Amino acid sequence: MLEVRDLDLFYGDAQALSGVSFSVPDGSITAIVGANGAGKTSLIRAIAGMEKPRAGTICFDGADITGKDSSEICNLGLGQVAEGRQIFPTMSVEDNLDLGAMVPRARKLAASTRDGVWQMFPRLLERRRQLAGTLSGGEQQMLAIGRCLMGQPRMIMFDEPSLGLSPAMVQEVFAIIRRLHEGGLTIVLVEQNVAVSLHMADHACVLENGHIVMEGRGEDLLGDDGVRAAYLGL
Amino acid sequence: MSRQAILLGLLLAAFVVAPAFAGPYLLSVMVVVMYFAYVGQAWNIMMGFAGQLSLGHTIYVGLGAYTAAALFVHFGIPAIFGLFAAAAVAVAAGSIIGALGFRFGVKGVYFALLTIAFAEFTRILFEHFTALGGTGGLFLPVGSRDSFDLIHLRGHPLMFYYLILAMCVGIFLLCRKLLNSRLGYTWLAVREDQDAAAALGINVFRAKLTAVMLSAGLTALGGVFFAFYYNNLFPNQAFGMNRSIEIILAPIVGGLGTLFGPILGALILTPLGEGITAATEAMGFKAAGIKQLCYGLSLLAIVKFLPEGVWPWLRLRLGLGDGEEGE
Repeated sequence: MLEVRDLDLFYGDAQALSGVSFSVPDGSITAIVGANGAGKTSLIRAIAGMEKPRAGTICFDGADITGKDSSEICNLGLGQVAEGRQIFPTMSVEDNLDLGAMVPRARKLAASTRDGVWQMFPRLLERRRQLAGTLSGGEQQMLAIGRCLMGQPRMIMFDEPSLGLSPAMVQEVFAIIRRLHEGGLTIVLVEQNVAVSLHMADHACVLENGHIVMEGRGEDLLGDDGVRAAYLGL
Repeated sequence: MSRQAILLGLLLAAFVVAPAFAGPYLLSVMVVVMYFAYVGQAWNIMMGFAGQLSLGHTIYVGLGAYTAAALFVHFGIPAIFGLFAAAAVAVAAGSIIGALGFRFGVKGVYFALLTIAFAEFTRILFEHFTALGGTGGLFLPVGSRDSFDLIHLRGHPLMFYYLILAMCVGIFLLCRKLLNSRLGYTWLAVREDQDAAAALGINVFRAKLTAVMLSAGLTALGGVFFAFYYNNLFPNQAFGMNRSIEIILAPIVGGLGTLFGPILGALILTPLGEGITAATEAMGFKAAGIKQLCYGLSLLAIVKFLPEGVWPWLRLRLGLGDGEEGE
């Protein structure tokens, strides 16, 4: 579904990604793991069209999306739930959701999708008129996920969805991601929580200092001594 | 009907019937109030709604004023046609400034500096533009004050009074509609968090550019009014930095991003300026700059004690709820 080839990304002179190549199989959960500063968020932002790579190609579902504007990429059905959730705190829950459906592909279906989101997250329905900034961290994460769904994505990239949440909430968020996957969505999961994400993933890559150092099945990486030593402390 | 709508209705009624009671001086002050409410509302689209600070906004007033005035003076084209050209020129200028700034990622303060730079070099350009009078100014032939010629915008001060009142009502209704439109929603998203908006697939560049273009075009119509009401145009008045500051004061004092803010701000500031002039004269202060000093101190006090603007505070006090006005 997604093919990234030889991607180079720079911030000024600082190289964030160098020669990154990996693929996301159709209908998979693909995990991208790596330490802080390895370039995980940069990779997501480059794929989403929010940073312009210096070299390399990105293909989504057969279409070359390298260097395209994020609005065009979203409209192809590639959504993301950004790190830190990025909800609009001074707007209501409902307005936040509606802003997720501004892409042309999603406009007509907005009302019915919203009903689906309410069903999935009844807590958001209870708080639909409340300002999003007054929600708890977990509710904000649900809002961010619901808002992403409003855009009718076929693939969602999650950037650190468990960040700053209570352990119970983390379990719930991962359960939601599994449900979305079962519903037919392709998932890219970027996580520092390596053990959980590798368990969930059918495909995974390890990112180190802007390079992909390993790619394979989630279970295989879990069994790799290097990964176990570096990320699981075993 | 909400209480906010009633309040607005009363205010509108007061302005409609005022000419029956008020003298020429008071009416001229009210025209200035409405003029600043109008251009403040237009500026507010860019800053209050889309979060893009324009500190050189008088460029659009000046371009609109000079375009319509030059067409009238040199070619006899009536204002009613000239205003389309005026808006078109301002929209074009706004697109250039916006496209340059937004395409190259010029944000925040740096974008504001860009807008000042454009206004300043346009001022210098017009000072050397002899066909339009240069520094000597461009003067419109004064017509009969007894007619009500809306086509040529020549005539009685009352005509101008009701014209600017109609413009204020028009822009208020337009802004209200915009705020509740899809475009308005995308502006608010861009204002709140540009990065998050982009992540949702909102075309941030287009959203910001439409805000600038709309704001520029509407401001230019204010410029047309300015030209035909005052009948003279000078580059340092039309494009001066102090003019840009005047435009943005009303919406800032009244409440950024609110529909009622620019109106309330203009209602406070213009009479405040006039009142300080009258008071200092009555008390016999002759010191130069005393008026500006008092005006500045009053502004400081308002901004210090009501940083969100007067309207959000007043809305709460009057128990008008904290929803958007005019619902």
